[in-house]
Amino acid sequence: MGKLYDRLAEDVRFQEGLKSCINCGTCTAICPAAEFYNYQPRNIAVILQSRDDEQIETLLKSESIWYCGECMSCKTRCPRGNAPGLLITVLRSVSQDLGYFTESEKGRQQLAIKRTIGDWILKHGYCLYPSGILPDAHPEQGPIWEWEFSHIDDVMDRLGANLNRPGTGVLRRIPQESIDEIKKIFDVTGGTKRFELIEQFSREKAEEMGMELDETNENEYFNYIYTTDNGQHLAP
Amino acid sequence: MKKEGKEYIWKDYQKEIAEDKYFYVRSCVRQNFFPGSEWAFQKILREELKKDLFENAAHTSCTGIGYHTEIVPFETMMTVVARQFALMTEAGYEHFVSSCITSFGIYSEILETWEHFPETEARAHQYLKEATGRDFIKPKNLAHTGDIIYKFRKEIVAKGKYRLVHHQTGEPLKIVEHIGCHYSKMFPHRGIGGAEYPYVLVGMIEDWGGKVVDYPERRHCCGFGFRQYIVRANRGYSIACSRKKFESMEPYHPDAILTNCPGCPMFLDRWQYAISEMEGKTYGENGHGIPVLTYEELAGLVLGYDPWDLGLQVHQVPVEPLLDKIGIPYDPSKKFLGKDGRDLGRPEAPHFLKFYKES
Repeated sequence: MGKLYDRLAEDVRFQEGLKSCINCGTCTAICPAAEFYNYQPRNIAVILQSRDDEQIETLLKSESIWYCGECMSCKTRCPRGNAPGLLITVLRSVSQDLGYFTESEKGRQQLAIKRTIGDWILKHGYCLYPSGILPDAHPEQGPIWEWEFSHIDDVMDRLGANLNRPGTGVLRRIPQESIDEIKKIFDVTGGTKRFELIEQFSREKAEEMGMELDETNENEYFNYIYTTDNGQHLAP
Repeated sequence: MKKEGKEYIWKDYQKEIAEDKYFYVRSCVRQNFFPGSEWAFQKILREELKKDLFENAAHTSCTGIGYHTEIVPFETMMTVVARQFALMTEAGYEHFVSSCITSFGIYSEILETWEHFPETEARAHQYLKEATGRDFIKPKNLAHTGDIIYKFRKEIVAKGKYRLVHHQTGEPLKIVEHIGCHYSKMFPHRGIGGAEYPYVLVGMIEDWGGKVVDYPERRHCCGFGFRQYIVRANRGYSIACSRKKFESMEPYHPDAILTNCPGCPMFLDRWQYAISEMEGKTYGENGHGIPVLTYEELAGLVLGYDPWDLGLQVHQVPVEPLLDKIGIPYDPSKKFLGKDGRDLGRPEAPHFLKFYKES
């Protein structure tokens, strides 16, 4: 048993997610990610079950752990009660804490997620906020969102929302004391530390790659990780 | 089989849903994309069903999207959940109702974890106390807002003006039901009908006069996949999943898609538009798309609410073909007006997907 395995096995989600994999492939058959990407969730369980730290380190640095969509269909179907999707949550967590995530193209995307979803949680108290859903970055949202975005106060008023105002209701301004409490929870429970690690390891990788990275979301490294696809990810 | 035997076999698929006095928490996705649905839920509960539904302005995101993209650690998410429970406790409520399926999965995951690993619950109390000074009691009942509408579906149709039948032929409308993955794939006993026979939307469709469409990819994910949509480079995953579902349901000619999840209706609506732009392909009749509705939108239509009060104008796939079939009146000239009739212009029409009635 290796140190990386021990670290993974400390997590209750690992204990729940890996019982005894018989490598039947049911999870892979049901998995939407396995249909799209070059990915097999059963391999995740098999590697972890080996308890071989060398293989586990390779896995933590690989593209494979970033393909899962966490729909958790595997949890429903595994005849042995394993949940590769749950194991993925632990692998990604450790990959970030050790800085291994920047070794893969898909892993490097974590900075973009932290700087959007993560920062909105701490700034607004929401995972999504209308001012962040820019039509140019979301062409799939179509002309309806472009229209809504251009008239967001009026549209939200028409639909009974309370956008950015005090009180209850849709998209209300969450009281600053509540935002402060969420930040304190992040400080106490490791959320702030994870954000800092994502930033730190990403800065180091950007420097190594010779790319500019500042604190905004408009820079060479951010645009690169947000949009680049090397064409090597799809299922054969 | 004896009645007792049947009851025993099916008891695992039943779910207890509280009768009244709900502590309500909102959905990040729905507030941005389907604000009218949350408005309708409150109106239906308070005005039609006379229920006590309490909302505290201090509640926040559960951080679920952050958790399922792994930028937010388990312990952080768990403590944010504990804070939501503390707000419920402080307000004197015991029945927790979540508007979001991702959140419903999060709350279920935490309650299950606390049951199987009691030391994690002890840590949640400790973290929350240290960070906020608050404490909490676990909810006696956890439900999704769709569970509540399901529970009162017969009362809703009894008060309703419309049923899901074609107003000219009297034929039941054909409805696809799409269950959000985190409703019952992870913790089947927490959903009505479990993962094998999820009945929450079927019950509404059948009791409101419609007919459920069964099709091969009925249980396939819509394709949100969290990071697979949020990061632009990954969105091929998301649209491929939705496309697989559309191709599978198309031969059955559904009149509408009904969903119980915040993200699913947005993806099933927007990806129809994107596919039409990319391939010129539309999945409804005569160049239309298949309208996609939330359960509150459908309940609101059954109750006779104005479609534009429900927010059906912010769908990229127009819902008018469904309204026409049911025989629900609407005023096209008011579709894109703001509050008090303010002129907000009109969205551009897509290239292939029929958008304006006259076009």
